[in-house]
Amino acid sequence: MSTEQTAAAPADGAAPANGAAGAPRRSVATRVIGRIGGGVAQALLALIALVWLVPTFGLLIASLRSNADNSAGGWWQVFTKPSQITFDSYAALLDKPDFVDSFWNTALITVPSTILVVVIASLAAYAFAWMEFPGRDWLFLLVVALLVVPVQVALLPVSTLYGKIKFGGFHMYGSITGVVLFHVAFGLPFAIFLLRNFFAAIPRDLLEAARMDGGSEWTIFRRVIFPLGGPAIASLGIFQFLWVWNDLLVAMVFADPGAQPMTKWLQSQMRQFTGNIDILAPGAFLSLIIPLVVFFAFQRYFVQGVLAGSVK
Amino acid sequence: MKKAPQDQVPPAATAGGAAAVGPARPGRRPRRERDGLNPPSWLAIGFLLPALLLLGFLVLYPIVYSVIRSFFDASGDHFAGLDNYTGVFQGHENLLAVRNTAIWVVVAPSVVTIIGLLFAVLTERIRWSTVFKMVVFMPMAISFLASGIIFRLVYEQDPDKGVANAALVAVHDMFGGGAGYPGAGPRSGADQPLRAQADGAVLTTGSFGPGQSALLPLLKIKPEYLPKKAVPAARPPAAAPGQVTGAVWFDFTKGGGGTPGAPNAGEVGLPGITVQALRGTKVVATATTKDDGTFVMKKVPAGSYTLRLPKDSFTASYGGAEWLGSTLITPAIIGAYLWVWAGFAMVLIAAGLAAIPRDALEAARVDGATEWQVFRRVTIPLLAPVLVVVLVTLTINVLKVFDLVFIIGGGDPNASVLALQMWTEAFGGGDNEGAGSAIAVLLFLLVMPAMLFNIRRLRQERK
Repeated sequence: MSTEQTAAAPADGAAPANGAAGAPRRSVATRVIGRIGGGVAQALLALIALVWLVPTFGLLIASLRSNADNSAGGWWQVFTKPSQITFDSYAALLDKPDFVDSFWNTALITVPSTILVVVIASLAAYAFAWMEFPGRDWLFLLVVALLVVPVQVALLPVSTLYGKIKFGGFHMYGSITGVVLFHVAFGLPFAIFLLRNFFAAIPRDLLEAARMDGGSEWTIFRRVIFPLGGPAIASLGIFQFLWVWNDLLVAMVFADPGAQPMTKWLQSQMRQFTGNIDILAPGAFLSLIIPLVVFFAFQRYFVQGVLAGSVK
Repeated sequence: MKKAPQDQVPPAATAGGAAAVGPARPGRRPRRERDGLNPPSWLAIGFLLPALLLLGFLVLYPIVYSVIRSFFDASGDHFAGLDNYTGVFQGHENLLAVRNTAIWVVVAPSVVTIIGLLFAVLTERIRWSTVFKMVVFMPMAISFLASGIIFRLVYEQDPDKGVANAALVAVHDMFGGGAGYPGAGPRSGADQPLRAQADGAVLTTGSFGPGQSALLPLLKIKPEYLPKKAVPAARPPAAAPGQVTGAVWFDFTKGGGGTPGAPNAGEVGLPGITVQALRGTKVVATATTKDDGTFVMKKVPAGSYTLRLPKDSFTASYGGAEWLGSTLITPAIIGAYLWVWAGFAMVLIAAGLAAIPRDALEAARVDGATEWQVFRRVTIPLLAPVLVVVLVTLTINVLKVFDLVFIIGGGDPNASVLALQMWTEAFGGGDNEGAGSAIAVLLFLLVMPAMLFNIRRLRQERK
C-alpha cells in the first residue's frame, strides 16, 4: 500500500454498491478509464434493455390494432397513426366462450397444483430435515436425482395409467385432476429439495424446545416450521405457479378440450398465424399479464428461488 | 410455541438439550442422544407418504415403463430390441432433430452464459442496474407459448411487419444499400441512349468524357418500387472539368405528353442508383444518384467512357433475412431462447460476482494488473463454480426445449429437436409409442450426467 493509494479519493457513486463496505481505493487513471467505460456501458445497456423490451411491446401494440392494420404494416406505425389503437380484438376475444373457459381452466389447474405442491413438499421436506428414519439419506438423494427427469419420459406411461382410471362418469385421462396431479408430481422434487435445505437451516434449539414442550410433530410442523418457512414457501409457490400457468406440453397431452388451459387453446388457434393475429396477440398478452404481475409483485422471492434452486 | 434460548431450557431436559449446542446439521446427529425426542420412523413415513406415492406412480414407475416400452414395436406386441433406438438416427426428419438438438446443446447454453456474464459485469458499472436486471429477467415469467407468438411477430419476413427485418433493412440502407427497381429498363428500340445487357445491367450506347452530361431515362417502374423520397426529376448539373454529370429518371409523364428522353415536369428522379464509368470492363469512376435522380462523377480521368447501371439496381432491394427459412430457423429460435434465459444466467452470475471478495480484486489491481487481466485471471476463476452451475442448468433445460420450437417452428421439420420429435412420434400423428419411448429414454440418458453432477454437489455440501 503506497501513499498515493491512500491519497486517491474513494470511488464515487458509480462504483458498484457492494464495494461500499471496503471503500475501494483506485488510482486517478483507473477512475478516468472507469468513467469513460461507464459511459459506454450505460449506452450499451440502455440499447440492450430496449432490445429486450421491444418484442413484448410489439405484441402489446399488435394486440391493440385491427387485423387489417396488422397485415398492412408493422406495429410501429402507431407512432404516426395513433388512431389505429383499438380494444376491439380484446372485446371479441372475451366474447368467445372457448377462451373464457380456457382462462378459468388455467386458474383451476394452476391454483390447486401450487397449493398441493407446497403442502405435500413441506411435509416431506420436514421429514427429511428433522426426522430420523432408516434410508433417509438415500431417499433424499433419489429426490435430488429426480430433479432433472424430463417430463417426456412420463407422458406415454401416465397416459396409459390415466386411461385405466375411470369410475362413474369420471375419466382421469383428459380431466383437470389428471393435469393437476401430473404437475404436482413433477413439481415435487424441486419443491422438496428447496424446502428441505431451508428447513434444515432453522435453528435446532427452536425445534428441540418445541419437542420438549411436548408438541406433536404435526403441531410443530404447523406452528413452527411452516410459518418459519415463509420465504422459501413463497419462492416455491411463485415458481410452481408460473411453471404450471405457462405449461403447454402437459396440457396438450393430458387435457381434453373441456379441460384445456389458455396455452393449449391458443396453440390450437395457431394454424392460421397471420389471419388469427387478432386472437393470438391479445390472447398471448392476457396469458402473460398475470405471470408478469406475479413476477413484479414477488420479484424478490422469485429471484431467491432461482438462486436457491437452479438445476431444474 | 415459544422460542426457548439455551439458558432457559429446564434442567430436566438437558440430556437432550446438550446436543443442541452443536451446529444445526441434521444429517450428522449422534443417534443415542436423540432417542428420547425423535419421533418414531412410522411418523416420518406418514409425512412422506403423499410425496412418495405421487413420485412413485407418476415419475418412477413411468421411467421403468418407458425403458421397457422402448424395446417393443409400435403396437407393443413384439419385442424390437434396439430398433427403436437405431430408428432415432434414421430418416431425414429424425436426423434433422438429432442435428438440431446437437446445435442447441452446443450453442445455446454457452451463448446464454456468455451473454449473462457480460450483462452481469456491465451492470456493476451502472446505477440503474436493478431496472436493467428487471427488464432482462422479465421474459423468465412469460410462457414459451407467449414468447413464441412474440417472436413469430418479430421474425415476420416482410420488413414492413417484422421488427427484426425492419431493423436489418434500416441498418443495411444506412450503410449504402442501394435502392432497387425490379423490372425497370430502357425504352426498347434502336437510337435509344440506353440498352439493356444480357447480364441484367444497363449500358449507355454513347460514350461520355469529363465535362459532359448524360441523360439516362428508364421506364417500366412499378409504382410500389418508387421510393417515397424521390422528387421531381431535374436536368443534370453542368459538368465541371474532370466531372461527368447526368440524370437517371422515370421517363414517363402521367397522362401522357412530355418529350421522351428529357426530364419533363411531372416526371420523377430515381434516387439511389449506382452509375459506373467503364473503360473496357474496368470501372474508372462511380456515383450514386440523388433524390432528384442527378449524379456527379468526380475526378474522372480524361478519356471516353461507357456508363453502366449495374444489375443490382434492377433486382429487388434488400428484404432482410429469411429468419424462419430452413437455414436460419434453428438459430432464430435459439435467439428467442436467449431472450428468455439471459436474465436467469445474469442473475445467478451477478450473485456470484457480488460474493467475490473485493480484496482479491484490489490486490490484483495494486499489483498492476489491467482490468482485463483482473477479469480473466481473478474474476473468472473465482466465478467458475457458478458458471458451471449455470451451464449445467441450461444444458438440461435446452434438452427439454419443446414449446418454443413447436410454436416458432410451427411444425417445420427443419426446426425440430428430440423433445419435440418425441411428442410427434407418440402423440402428434406418429402414433408410434415404441419410437416415442426410445426418444424419451434417450433424453433421460442425456440428462443423466447432470443428475450425477447434482448428486455429487449435494454430497460435497453435506460434508
